[in-house]
Amino acid sequence: MSPRAAVERPAEASLRTVQAPDEPRSPLAGAIVGRSVPRRDALAKLTGRARYVADLDLPGAWHGVIVRATEPHARLLGIDLDPAFDWSQVVVLTANDVPGDNVVQFAVDDQPVLAIDEIRHVGEPVALIAAPDLPTAEAARDRVRLRTEPLPPVLDPLASDVAFARYEIAKGDLEAGFAAADLVIEGTYTVGRQEQLYLETQGMLAVPREDGGVTVHGSLQCPYYVHAAMRRALALDDARLSVIQSETGGGFGGKEEFPSGLAIQAALLAIKSGHPVRMIFGRHEDLVATTKRHPAVLRHRWGVTRDGRLVAQDIDVVMDGGAYATLSGVVLSRGTIHAGGPYACPNVRIRTRAVMTHTPPSGAFRGFGAPQTEFAAEMQANRAAEALGLSPAELRRRWAYGIGDVTATGQVLRESVAARSVLERAVEASGFEEARAATAQARARRAADDRAVGDGGRADHPRGRDEAEREHPAHGIGVAMAWHGAGFTGSGEEHLASVVRVEVTADGRIVLATDSTEIGQGARTVLAQLVAEELGVGFELVEVAETDTSIVPNSGPTVASRTTMVVGGLLVTAARRLRAEVEERTERPFAASYAEDAHANGPTRIVERFAGYPGVEWDDATHLGDAYPAYGWAAAVAEVDVDLDTGEVAVRRIVSVDDVGRTVNPLLATGQIEGGTLQGVGYATIEEARVEGGRLLNDRLATYIVPTALDAPRIDAILVEEPFAGAPHRAKGLGEIPMDVPAAAVVAAIHDATGAWIHDLPASPERILGALQSKEHEVSERTAADPEATEEAVR
Amino acid sequence: MLIRLNVNGEWREADVWPGSSLLAMLRDDLGLWGTKNACEQGECGSCSVWLDGELVCSCLVLAAQADGRSVGTVESLGREDALHPVQEAFLEAGAVQCGFCTPGFEVAVADLLRREPHPNDETIREALSGNLCRCTGYQKIMDAVHLAADRMGEAAR
Repeated sequence: MSPRAAVERPAEASLRTVQAPDEPRSPLAGAIVGRSVPRRDALAKLTGRARYVADLDLPGAWHGVIVRATEPHARLLGIDLDPAFDWSQVVVLTANDVPGDNVVQFAVDDQPVLAIDEIRHVGEPVALIAAPDLPTAEAARDRVRLRTEPLPPVLDPLASDVAFARYEIAKGDLEAGFAAADLVIEGTYTVGRQEQLYLETQGMLAVPREDGGVTVHGSLQCPYYVHAAMRRALALDDARLSVIQSETGGGFGGKEEFPSGLAIQAALLAIKSGHPVRMIFGRHEDLVATTKRHPAVLRHRWGVTRDGRLVAQDIDVVMDGGAYATLSGVVLSRGTIHAGGPYACPNVRIRTRAVMTHTPPSGAFRGFGAPQTEFAAEMQANRAAEALGLSPAELRRRWAYGIGDVTATGQVLRESVAARSVLERAVEASGFEEARAATAQARARRAADDRAVGDGGRADHPRGRDEAEREHPAHGIGVAMAWHGAGFTGSGEEHLASVVRVEVTADGRIVLATDSTEIGQGARTVLAQLVAEELGVGFELVEVAETDTSIVPNSGPTVASRTTMVVGGLLVTAARRLRAEVEERTERPFAASYAEDAHANGPTRIVERFAGYPGVEWDDATHLGDAYPAYGWAAAVAEVDVDLDTGEVAVRRIVSVDDVGRTVNPLLATGQIEGGTLQGVGYATIEEARVEGGRLLNDRLATYIVPTALDAPRIDAILVEEPFAGAPHRAKGLGEIPMDVPAAAVVAAIHDATGAWIHDLPASPERILGALQSKEHEVSERTAADPEATEEAVR
Repeated sequence: MLIRLNVNGEWREADVWPGSSLLAMLRDDLGLWGTKNACEQGECGSCSVWLDGELVCSCLVLAAQADGRSVGTVESLGREDALHPVQEAFLEAGAVQCGFCTPGFEVAVADLLRREPHPNDETIREALSGNLCRCTGYQKIMDAVHLAADRMGEAAR
């Protein structure tokens, strides 16, 4: 079957360029790059014609369902099928039916496709069922009983003695740093599980082939991750496996590793039944069974001097990886490297670990460890500013990384450091200092009222205090910053060795081929823009090959803010070579000669493989060196209203300023910022997947709440361009950094409004009221000679 | 049971399971895949359609309840070569990302603008609060509603 044409041709109407006449053009903009050309996939999506996996109507397809464990930890003694049920009408598979290794392949081979003798989390797949229709498959699932013997679960990450990964990085002399400090800022922060909540649930359609192989169509981010995992578990060679990405309704990391297991499961059922098999999750199953952002406990101790210098950072992080390692090691690595925030500090120690608990596995989610650790760092920076009596903007002006500064991993920042410019833009665009002065006055007024009137009434408001506050909730403003390394960490890109292809076909078409997926972020549009610009041809002339592993090369996964920077860079280099080769033959400009050249000389095909960024050195053993070829930089200012009676927070406005190196498509770029910002606001205020006793409590969309249009603030997204010379097109990553920065800005704004610091995300009304009641002051002032004295006072 | 309804101006019928939702009938029996299923409990608005001109979540309506009535889906709005002003505004404002919530939003926005041709921000946010989007932060959807309202207002003048 072929649900999509082999090569996507842009429809006529998509050729119009969206460019408001007054849209400011960047000095780095070209003819096509830097312009808001309409996205390639918009028309199909707008008209309801786009085919997501659940929309692939394949007559005769069976339906697959998963029998899942209901206990957090147990020995699996047997799987019993109710003899009263007619099992001849369905296919049932268990771990014994996995022909290859019973492993969902990632860095660590610990996660089985189907549990074999031990159950390690609620929702773990144990058996598979396929039937000609969904009600029969579901009825069969209800007739399967798992015979188990309960085992004691480990549910508290701090009590877990199994670590999937540990890191310790150190720089300078921590003791000397604290000895030089006048103040020590200490805090323990916690962040909760967050669900990606892509609108399209997970889904896979596996089609058995005559050659004994299988083709899967699915909602996924990383076709070659799925391909490699299937090869291993199904014991099939590459030629008998194809992975085709169907239109994908959002990923945010949630479709990075999870689809690999689901694809194997659907393929097993398809091969066994001889029928195509659809496995489309309902929202409940999606919430229960899929990965979440790692919850974490973060302990910080920072030394600062009275004159406002940051001289020591001692950071300890524990992330809860859940039952299997999935990507915990790399999530932790990124979290570790970013844990100090975008601030220069001579003496640093960062110790981190990701531990096993008997809870559903944690996994990739936009930001990938950095939102957790950077939230804590920004809390520290804001509390340090308060302790020093400095504006939080002024403190960051002094501390933020600049050219020549050295990070905790020993990386010298040689170029493309925009920390101060994003800060200044955010402060200016939000009117930060003026607003801050006004909120300080309001706080002082409220305090004076409280003293003068008590609870009885309010002098300036005839109807009393309660009414006054309903009409005028406490307003607050807060700032935060972030940095985010673009691309894989350390030597990751070298190991990936990504490949792309750009070609002029024999029939004179220009086609770019990559497995980078369009998941809503605009990848297909942005990559085509880059190639069109380089070739000097119209955007509409560049086709993007269908994301099918039998057609496109392995350009690495669509993750880690790497698509525009790394894959885009490779495509630009390939396009340059293609242009040079054709022009050398024709001695005329590429645009005027490529079609004739193809007619006369046949196709020209350029394959480009990643060969490292110049001057980047990394040591895997010590976790030291150049952690990323380049970093994006961001600053956000949040304004909130807090109802002091109920603790309810309304986030009114966020100014988010993000440095992207060079903007390829302003409309798509600001779309990334706005979407990431709201996910960050949700993380800060209302979103938490609550797991108790190993079970997810809010397992419906009615109870796992995400922001609606009513909850969303006005978002002002501002792009800053600090070009990255190491990339041929000077662009850096953008996808994740907007998620790193809002949470701490929102919590700082809540503090500005109320005087209370909330250390735990989400900053729920309950937590805010609790903090208002105790109004504890965690900042300890003392001499640095006694660093242990306030350990107890941390929280 | 046999259900007959007028979908986008055309009478269609299908033999459906009595508990089948209107959403399931539209998708599985009538092949109208534009209406999306993202929660099946009326929380996300991805399945928004008109039932006798009224905006509903088609996952919460039984197919049997729609028998003999008229249903409008995203497919009734516009074609690729003749977009509805709301679709045009979504395209130009950048309000489409992953696209999964888009059909539901288009129907909800078209419905809003029919009732309230020049809504302010507050009205728009209230009207769209039953539709979830995880990609855009709603900012460009707000932009698109204003753009569509302006265009439709001019065209009506």
